Amino acid sequence: MLIDWTLFTPWAALAGGVLLGLASALFVLLNGRVLGISGIVGGLLRPRAGDIGWRLAFVLGMLVAPSLYWLVVGPTQPRIDASWGMVVIAGLLVGVGTRYGSGCTSGHGVCGLSRMSPRSLVATLAFMGAGFVTVFLIRHALG
Amino acid sequence: MKNRITEFVVGLIFGLGLIVSGMTDPGKVLGFLDLAGLWDPSLAFVMGGAIAVGVFAFAAAKKRTISFLGGAMHLPTSRDIDRRLVVGSLIFGAGWGIAGFCPGPAIVSAGAGQPKAIVFVMAMLAGMWLFELAERMSHRAPPTQTGAR
Repeated sequence: MLIDWTLFTPWAALAGGVLLGLASALFVLLNGRVLGISGIVGGLLRPRAGDIGWRLAFVLGMLVAPSLYWLVVGPTQPRIDASWGMVVIAGLLVGVGTRYGSGCTSGHGVCGLSRMSPRSLVATLAFMGAGFVTVFLIRHALG
Repeated sequence: MKNRITEFVVGLIFGLGLIVSGMTDPGKVLGFLDLAGLWDPSLAFVMGGAIAVGVFAFAAAKKRTISFLGGAMHLPTSRDIDRRLVVGSLIFGAGWGIAGFCPGPAIVSAGAGQPKAIVFVMAMLAGMWLFELAERMSHRAPPTQTGAR
């Protein structure tokens, strides 16, 4: 395995990860919930009275974050190589898969593993594995 | 109102964490998932940093019956490792590997006005909606209902 030393950013990754952990910690200790984005957003699609406000408040915070970052640091330059069609397919798969799987990288990967949940470990291994295989197929095997 | 502000701030911190860590850049995420290419281990460090903090918080949360704001605890109780979990996660992982977006980073990038992220989020919501429909048709989910949480 060849490490990409030009792109590897250990300190930013750790710092950002700690922020994610901090958010998850605050969320579980103050709100009593696992910080799982697919669950928080998915719950908006089966709305129940009293269960919507907190979800919207949280998502609003996420949506505002890049503007705050831009004001303080500057714009980000993400690389999105997938075509529009691939983006749609990817979104559909992520939407369906996270709901059937009851979680995503935040819910299972961060919170589930932090809770030492065997269920989340299995889920994380599954989506990581599928991610590795998919990228291998797209970048190295097909086309 | 206090709770809403708290939730907003936590969402903000989470969003900033995703940006600072580079996880809102699909190129970085796919760089981690590209084991056969030039490999960017950053995502592992992101998870490591997050879990290092999370472990303590969840250990503390496990013992609590109410949250620090006096609300109920809503921690998941399911321990089933079933086909839904595995197949769902495989499907999610495939979608993740196609565009390098998972729900959180896609939403944050959409908030930044990234057109492809916005389309991804719309497709993701459509996928989640399809799941809801399928669940209701198989009678696993109740129809939308009112009532306290």
